[in-house]
Amino acid sequence: MAINYEKKIQREQWELKQASFSSHARLKKESRVFKEDPFFRYLSALCASFILVIMLGILIELYRHSHLSITTFGIKFIYTSAWDPVKKEFGALASIYGTLISTLIAMLIAVPLSLVISLFLTELAPPIITKPVGYAIELLAAIPSIIYGMWGLFVFAPFMSGYIQPALSNNLGFLPLFQGPPMGIGILTAGIILSFMILPFITAMMRDVFKMVPAVVKESAYGMGATTWEVTSKVTMRYGLSGLVGASFLGLGRAIGETMAVTFVIGNYRQISASLFSAGNTIASTLANEFAEATEPLYLSSLLQLGLILFLITIMIQALTQLWLIRIQKGIGKL
Amino acid sequence: MKERSNFLRRVLDWVIKIVATLSALFGIMILIWILFEVGRRGAQAMSFNFFTKLPTPPGVPGGGVANAIVGSLAMVALAGFISVPIGLLAGVYLSEFGKDTKFGSSVKFVISVMMGIPSIILGLFIYTLVVIPTKHFSGYAGALALALIMIPIIARTSEDMLTLVPNSLRESALALGAPRWKVIIQILFRSAKAGLITGVILAVARVSGETAPLLFTALNSPYWMRSLNQPTANLTMTIFNYAMSPYRDWQRIAWGASLLIVIVVLALNIFTRFILRESKR
Amino acid sequence: MSGEGLEKKAMAMRELDWPIRDESSIPDLEIPSRISVRNLNFFYGNKQALFNNNLEIAVNKVTAIIGPSGCGKSTHIRVYNRIYELYRDQRAEGEVILDGENILSPGYNVIELRRKVGMIFQRPTTFPMSVYENIAYGLRLHYKLNQSEIFERVEDALKRAVLWEEAKEVLDQPATSLSGGQQQRLCIARAIAVEPEVLLMDEPTSAIDPIATAKIEELIESLKQKYTMVIVTHNMQQAARISDFTAFFYEGHIVEFGATRQIFTKPKKKQTEDYITGRFG
Repeated sequence: MAINYEKKIQREQWELKQASFSSHARLKKESRVFKEDPFFRYLSALCASFILVIMLGILIELYRHSHLSITTFGIKFIYTSAWDPVKKEFGALASIYGTLISTLIAMLIAVPLSLVISLFLTELAPPIITKPVGYAIELLAAIPSIIYGMWGLFVFAPFMSGYIQPALSNNLGFLPLFQGPPMGIGILTAGIILSFMILPFITAMMRDVFKMVPAVVKESAYGMGATTWEVTSKVTMRYGLSGLVGASFLGLGRAIGETMAVTFVIGNYRQISASLFSAGNTIASTLANEFAEATEPLYLSSLLQLGLILFLITIMIQALTQLWLIRIQKGIGKL
Repeated sequence: MKERSNFLRRVLDWVIKIVATLSALFGIMILIWILFEVGRRGAQAMSFNFFTKLPTPPGVPGGGVANAIVGSLAMVALAGFISVPIGLLAGVYLSEFGKDTKFGSSVKFVISVMMGIPSIILGLFIYTLVVIPTKHFSGYAGALALALIMIPIIARTSEDMLTLVPNSLRESALALGAPRWKVIIQILFRSAKAGLITGVILAVARVSGETAPLLFTALNSPYWMRSLNQPTANLTMTIFNYAMSPYRDWQRIAWGASLLIVIVVLALNIFTRFILRESKR
Repeated sequence: MSGEGLEKKAMAMRELDWPIRDESSIPDLEIPSRISVRNLNFFYGNKQALFNNNLEIAVNKVTAIIGPSGCGKSTHIRVYNRIYELYRDQRAEGEVILDGENILSPGYNVIELRRKVGMIFQRPTTFPMSVYENIAYGLRLHYKLNQSEIFERVEDALKRAVLWEEAKEVLDQPATSLSGGQQQRLCIARAIAVEPEVLLMDEPTSAIDPIATAKIEELIESLKQKYTMVIVTHNMQQAARISDFTAFFYEGHIVEFGATRQIFTKPKKKQTEDYITGRFG
């Protein structure tokens, strides 16, 4: 009986407590928040739109400040190779040429290499090797461009002029591509350094593409007696072709705008030459090198016009690549 | 039916396998080569003076990059303060409010495009926007340029990490009576903490080594940083100026600064791996 | 509100002029109802998922909602706390009346609604915090309490959820260190800490092992003395075991509703009988 009575007291006390909980502790907020407070939503939307504003701002500002050069030279700017600060004649052709050639070299080297390396990582290597090797490739991507520039200028360029360029000169010197003194620095070296820089990017993305191929598709091909290479070339690559193309284009976009690595090793010489051994220029390296000297308004404006051209080229490549990638995503979703 | 020679097929297969393995080795070799050279040459420059003294004219011994270290830290830190809130909130919008909206998709698209814009262009932009009107170069301008690089990276990684949080967690917090913003800040951020921090660290690692955006904004300086409102010393511009100079001792310092940057960047990258692994426990 | 007052109110509501509805779906309770659903229609974008639902949820009883997968059971109860509003293309039309007010009306205080109507999900959805903090979180949302008051109420909630003995040693551990069944009871404790009137449970034991399931069913039985419970389940034996009333859903319509004993022994509709005897679903 005593126990029951105690329990009853406990229960009454508990109920009293419950009642007191309810009445005065509920004061916290006068329920002023009836609806969801939209403040946070607007704040975050504002930050999101900030990004759009920046892109627009870049376009506007670059255009504004290259206006002088645009009106002075007109469309000729793009295909004139003269660049004379003294005579105030400026043309972008040499820079554009250097940009295109160095990027082309980089792609020719990096894309096939990335393809086989990502093949190695996804199909050939056992996991014990894949992890560290894959990680090492990622670390390559993290190395800043100026480090590539330093290494390129002081280590790789001498290597080029000491071994690679003489070898090319001796064996393939009949081609105008490989004529001229083996200086080490120049368009070829710049292209090769660029390829090292974009290699990890393209490899990482190609790996992802390879991984997305369903295992069943590959297994059925293996089951029919195909060799690894046959499965890869006929099945995997065809399945992920658009992804591989997209990966390459992203690498392209990166190579085109690369500044510091190229500036160190390209020689900064305003010329268009058939030889890859010669020094040259890219848009980015021109900007980097000559900005400090550009005190005269037309000079500065021309440099900014170069910047505008690079901006537009990059935007176009990036936008097209992104649209391409979105199309692929949708296609895969449908499968 | 004509059969392809089995032998040829297998030879081709082996050839490709060898090529692939060699290529992977090639990639590793390049990495090792770079790290080795940077390590070797950079180590020669590192001394007590290197870390604590101001730069000296070429030929005068005992110079260092102390002011550049401070300047770089200051600019990256300021860039972080600017870019983290903006990038994080943009990521929040994309993940929580903007999914399936036209506005959200356009912002996502623009972020992807912006991530591919060369950093030199962003530097030019800040030059025209800030340096020209204020008529002087400054560390503030430099930090702004760096922030522009970081914002899309942080927005993208934040959006990805927040999207990974399952909807059931959002619903159960809402079902308890939490307003949307509290759900995001108190529950979602905590849940995605490791990923969000990783995104920020990766963005910091990325801009620590950037040179091009500082070319037209912060320039460089041989003095201690008094205020960010003037050209500010930094490691990357120091490397650029010194490496291009004809002086051996300056070139050596450039290597030292290069090694310092490589160590910091690699350490930050490795650290993020560690964070992500710990959070999975 | 006391039992008498509720009953009067329920009778008064029935005398009002409701729009014509299907006779078989007028829930004819002899006891007061906590929630009254009137002509509820629900849409996912353009697709309609619930059709003219009419239901009465009895005070301090367990109402089970059964039916084959995809028939709208979860969709229906998710209207009771307006959790569907998280998703932009989902909308509800009609009336859901709690304590005399239509919770779907525009000016209704959703935050308070979600305190009054708690929800337990299929998988335990503990917050990324300690066991203690999980419960304290809800308390801090709605009440102004000092540290010791919070502790008291956390202890109280855990006791009512029959989790105190198992959890009292590990209050500061992350909630994920508890077992699945314990985490689910933690979610229940979290919901009852803020003194709801109704508890919604969406298949609360389908992701839990049988022994823990038995514990939770026991808990539900004890909780109904204080709370009104609505449980969605695809397990008919469970519905028969623990509920007082049962509603059978099919393709968004409420086919039959009544006392559990009646539904499972003498169903009025053939469809109900077919489902219960396992002929479909």
